[in-house]
Amino acid sequence: MASTAPVVVKRSPLNRLRVIIGAGPRGRIPWIPLFIMSVLLICTLFAPWLAPHDPIKISMSNARLAPFEDFNYVLGTDIMGRDMLSRLIHGARTGVFISLVALGAGAFVGTTLGLISGFRGGWIDNLIMRTADAALGFPTILVAMIIVTILGAGIENIILAVALTVWARFSRMIRGDVLSIKELDFVTFAKIAGLSTPMILVRHVFPNTINTLLVITSLQVGQVILLEASLSFLGLGLSPGHPAWGIMVSEGRTVLLQVWWLSLLPGLAITVVVLAFNFFGDWMRDTLDPKLRRT
Amino acid sequence: MQRYVITRVIQSAVTLLILSLAVFLSVHLTGNTADYLLGPETTEADYEQLKKNFGLDRPLIVQYADFLTDILRGDFGTSFLKGRPARDILMSRLPATLQLAGAAFLLSVIVGVPLGIFSAVNRDGILDNFGKMFAVMGIATPNFWIAIMLIMLFGGILGWLPTFGRGGPEHFILPAFVLGWSAMAGMVRLGRSSMLEVMDSEYVKFARVKGLAERMVVWKHALKNAVIPLLTFSGLTLAGLLNGSVAVEVVFAWPGIGQLMLQGIQTRDFAIVQATVLAAGFFYIVTALLVDILYGYVNPRIRYD
Repeated sequence: MASTAPVVVKRSPLNRLRVIIGAGPRGRIPWIPLFIMSVLLICTLFAPWLAPHDPIKISMSNARLAPFEDFNYVLGTDIMGRDMLSRLIHGARTGVFISLVALGAGAFVGTTLGLISGFRGGWIDNLIMRTADAALGFPTILVAMIIVTILGAGIENIILAVALTVWARFSRMIRGDVLSIKELDFVTFAKIAGLSTPMILVRHVFPNTINTLLVITSLQVGQVILLEASLSFLGLGLSPGHPAWGIMVSEGRTVLLQVWWLSLLPGLAITVVVLAFNFFGDWMRDTLDPKLRRT
Repeated sequence: MQRYVITRVIQSAVTLLILSLAVFLSVHLTGNTADYLLGPETTEADYEQLKKNFGLDRPLIVQYADFLTDILRGDFGTSFLKGRPARDILMSRLPATLQLAGAAFLLSVIVGVPLGIFSAVNRDGILDNFGKMFAVMGIATPNFWIAIMLIMLFGGILGWLPTFGRGGPEHFILPAFVLGWSAMAGMVRLGRSSMLEVMDSEYVKFARVKGLAERMVVWKHALKNAVIPLLTFSGLTLAGLLNGSVAVEVVFAWPGIGQLMLQGIQTRDFAIVQATVLAAGFFYIVTALLVDILYGYVNPRIRYD
């Protein structure tokens, strides 16, 4: 954004809060995305207590209730009489769990390799970066399909597939950061002081890459959730019947016109959540690391 | 430039080799053909004999070399479900996928690029806000879900469009739109931001100071430079469409490679998996390579990175 209008900073408590969390007076705090993310987090943590019914219990006498038709089942039931609201809440848990573990694993491996690659340089750097290029050069769905072919469907294989597709982004960006950080004086001092390389990396270099790490992570969450949903939808992940949003969309496909809410609601949930994470990620990038804005 | 091209070609070749190795191992780690063909009552000797017949007793590296030569000859093995060479099945599905990807690509360029440019020219106008929303939604909505919702609306409720299979031009509308939407979203975003950047540049300001009509400034001076990043992006998009096409082909029962790939995995038909994954990976990597080389010609700075 190229707006250059002078900004008057008011010393209101809210603005002080903004300065503290680094938002600056112009970076509007994304309240709506934060709210959606909080709801998602609460659903993830407390799914068994929040859900009014058992998400996998079949009860044919209550099948195909439309939303708001019966207030015991606010969002209706599916063709097996399972409560939609409970399935959506548990689906949030499944999706968040898979996405976070996969993203965490990818971030950990990617960051470690990025640190080593940038700091050591030489053939190690070359090897890691060429591998990262190769990983980025594959369509993600292909990677996932190869893994599912080798290992079969299942939660841990989805996690592996997703992690394998995201680590390279972390390596690339972190390496770029390290290249400039390692030229700084405090790193030289640490070397002179006789610190070991792992020590320098962990204590002195890594803390300076945290901004980048947070930005990439928050920008990737939405994509990872989408990828997980696609894999579930294609039946490459969890077993059918399991409460996962992708699976729920797929279950509604055959009865689209009669039981329209079956596909509509979980898809809507995915969209809203991904939107929230994308907006939040954009905001994180703009506030923490404006130089990343164009990537 | 030559060095740049050569490096990129070698890189792509290595990536392809890694892909082929991954595919080879995936077929091998999941059990060999002998395991599938023999029942529980066979003796150890029969098993060894069969492995020998298939050449499965040789060192892995030799088998891999064989596998590579077979692929280079266009032999992907025989589909054991359909009893036909996997290559023939692949070839019969290829046109459907390419047509759909082509249609989605055209749609995303025809709609996305102008929308992005107009958004930037009339910044904060109605079109700009629409464009932004369109882009944001395109990136956040799962394409398989949009596909299902559109089938429900246009096929089920309104009954205007066919919702499955391949046929006349009207069969292309829904799948091409769904497949192209996220690409379109990317074009709108990139077109808008690169146009904004160019409009803010010194030479555009100079053209204005010179007293050129705004029309000339925008369409002659700014547009030309704003298009460069779009060129690369559109190439990558074309490659990326393969990624989205699996789910779209499945939902619309489109008889293409994506659908075939999924069927192959579900039925554990390894020849099919092998053929489709290699073909899709090949297209992706080669397109990315061509785009990079093209970009190197258009933007000399990149060659020295």
